[in-house]
Amino acid sequence: MPEAFASTPLPTQPETSSQPPVISVEGLQVGYGSYVLMRDVAFDVRRGDIFFITGGSGCGKSTLLRVLMGFKEPQKGTVHFSGRQFWPGSDEDRLAVRRRTGVLFQQGALWSSMTLAENIAVPLRQYTTLSERDIRRQALLKLALAGLSGFEDYYPSEISGGMRKRAGLARALALDPDILFLDEPSAGLDPVSAKLLDDLVVELRNGLGTTFVIVSHELASIYAIATRIVFLDAQARTMAALGNPGEMVRDPATKESAMLFLTRGQASQAGMVDDPQGPEITGMVRVRQDQAPSPRHKDSL
Amino acid sequence: MEVPNSTKARVAWNRTDGALQVSLGGDWELERPWPNEAEEALRQARIPGLARLELEAGGLGAWDSSLLAFLMELVGQAGAAGAKVERRLPESLDRLVTLAFAVARKEGSAKDRGEESLLARIGSALLGVPSACQRVCAFFGDVVLALGRFATGRSAMKLNDLVEAMHECGVRSLPIVAVTSLLFGLILAFVGAVQLSMFGAQIYVAGLVGIGMLRVMGAVMVGIVMSGRVGAAFAALIGTMQVNEEIDALETMGIPPIDYLVLPRMLALSVMVPLLTVFADAMGIAGGFFVAITMLDLTPMQYLTATVSMVNYKQGVVGLVYATVFGIIIAIAGCYHGMRCGRSAQAVGEATTTAVVHSIVGIIVASAVITVICNVLQI
Repeated sequence: MPEAFASTPLPTQPETSSQPPVISVEGLQVGYGSYVLMRDVAFDVRRGDIFFITGGSGCGKSTLLRVLMGFKEPQKGTVHFSGRQFWPGSDEDRLAVRRRTGVLFQQGALWSSMTLAENIAVPLRQYTTLSERDIRRQALLKLALAGLSGFEDYYPSEISGGMRKRAGLARALALDPDILFLDEPSAGLDPVSAKLLDDLVVELRNGLGTTFVIVSHELASIYAIATRIVFLDAQARTMAALGNPGEMVRDPATKESAMLFLTRGQASQAGMVDDPQGPEITGMVRVRQDQAPSPRHKDSL
Repeated sequence: MEVPNSTKARVAWNRTDGALQVSLGGDWELERPWPNEAEEALRQARIPGLARLELEAGGLGAWDSSLLAFLMELVGQAGAAGAKVERRLPESLDRLVTLAFAVARKEGSAKDRGEESLLARIGSALLGVPSACQRVCAFFGDVVLALGRFATGRSAMKLNDLVEAMHECGVRSLPIVAVTSLLFGLILAFVGAVQLSMFGAQIYVAGLVGIGMLRVMGAVMVGIVMSGRVGAAFAALIGTMQVNEEIDALETMGIPPIDYLVLPRMLALSVMVPLLTVFADAMGIAGGFFVAITMLDLTPMQYLTATVSMVNYKQGVVGLVYATVFGIIIAIAGCYHGMRCGRSAQAVGEATTTAVVHSIVGIIVASAVITVICNVLQI
């Protein structure tokens, strides 16, 4: 039922195609030792994109993100940020790029011995000459944007998991980065909090022009906010699809693995709305309607 | 990210009675401080009687969160004064300002916690002492109960874990115990020799080193080395398990963490610390022996005979009592602080520090107590 998602308004694409892509990946091969996790990965991320890296478990989403963040060296291929070389490149090249990127780690990765405001102040003290008062004001602003007004003097251990994630986003925003990397932002969040986080991403992208690179397999988020996705295939060990998810599901040329991933999720979503019998007949394992559940299965329910 | 050809950020304000008009212009960059007029505009917004704030951004160039922070401060102050805010801003900027105020500020924030006075801190620390003692006693009681389960064969403790813990804290501590005890025996002999040789009694160095090491110093040396090497490791390991909810996972599977984590470590230490002490005694005497035959003109035979004649087996037994008590203290301090660890990286650090401090203080206090008891009993 692709129409259900076609009605979701996609954010408009800024007209900046004349500039070099913010991130440009070519012929990338990533692996551990002699093991190749993925090869021939190539894509561009344009300014203002909300770019999702997606795929099944173990396909190397997070590893690809670690390559883009500069933690892991690829075996082959190149990565450029706005035309500057990143991989292969020197530590200085990467430091210059990192200064303009922000990262939201999966668990927030807030420094637990500091309050939220102090967490945000760390990069500002490191890289700017702002006065303590202006740093404090920036911290308050970033927390307010993340919906955490009034929590500036709390320690990370005193707030909930969803708040910690938003505080992590506030810290990632500290230096007004051009590119924000989000690692599984909605993992461990309830659907409403996940939706709020998605909305926040769109607002920040529209307001500040930030480019987002998000690792996630949350189909609801992908259909709601992604401008483009790259789908990594664990079996084929390469990328199976690249483009806009809404167009992808309607394109018969889309590879089967990507189609399966994108439509199974749709089936499960449609199922929740249409089928009052509940979610046990949908999801990843399709149980046929005429198939009676085994007695044991019934007992265990 | 200096934008080339950027103009300076500008703020112009005009206050007429209840109305404050603020117009923004130029390029706003995070790296640069606000223009001076910005603070002045904020001051104007604080003057009572503000009924309307008009924002206007005619000549605005590039902007980032520097401008947003200013607007948030200004709009926030106007809002607090109850003024009506009219925003004539570019749409993307306006939406971000709306976003910053979308979630109401949480009041009664952490600021109210405030700093306690010195007297209050001392008071609450003292008030905490009885309950802390109670908790330590309860923990020790739990361990004794676990020991009972182990004795009756109903413990969740695996023999393998015990052997591994013994290897970890016993065998792998041999090098450091060897070095420290050898040097300590050496120092003891040197210090004693200076005084004793003044009246030709160098031979008593053998007694000084032998009795000193066997009776108390060997055990104290091992105890202090082990609280740094092993007690800290216990606290860090169990504390990190607490952070990762691994302890809770054990509990939910019906495996008492006391049996599984604490008991093997405690048994291992209460066996290995005495054994290491025997080893340390030997190394200490070897150190004294080395000083005696190289510096004090004693023959090896003289030194060894003097050691055997002056040192009584009772000294060694007393030393082993010290060592067993120290082993239990180190294990309790390490495991107790690990189990009580909070759920953050900082808490693990605190748990580790407290474990080491408490075990060293515990060792010193316990040796004082045992020494007094030995004196009373005339052992």
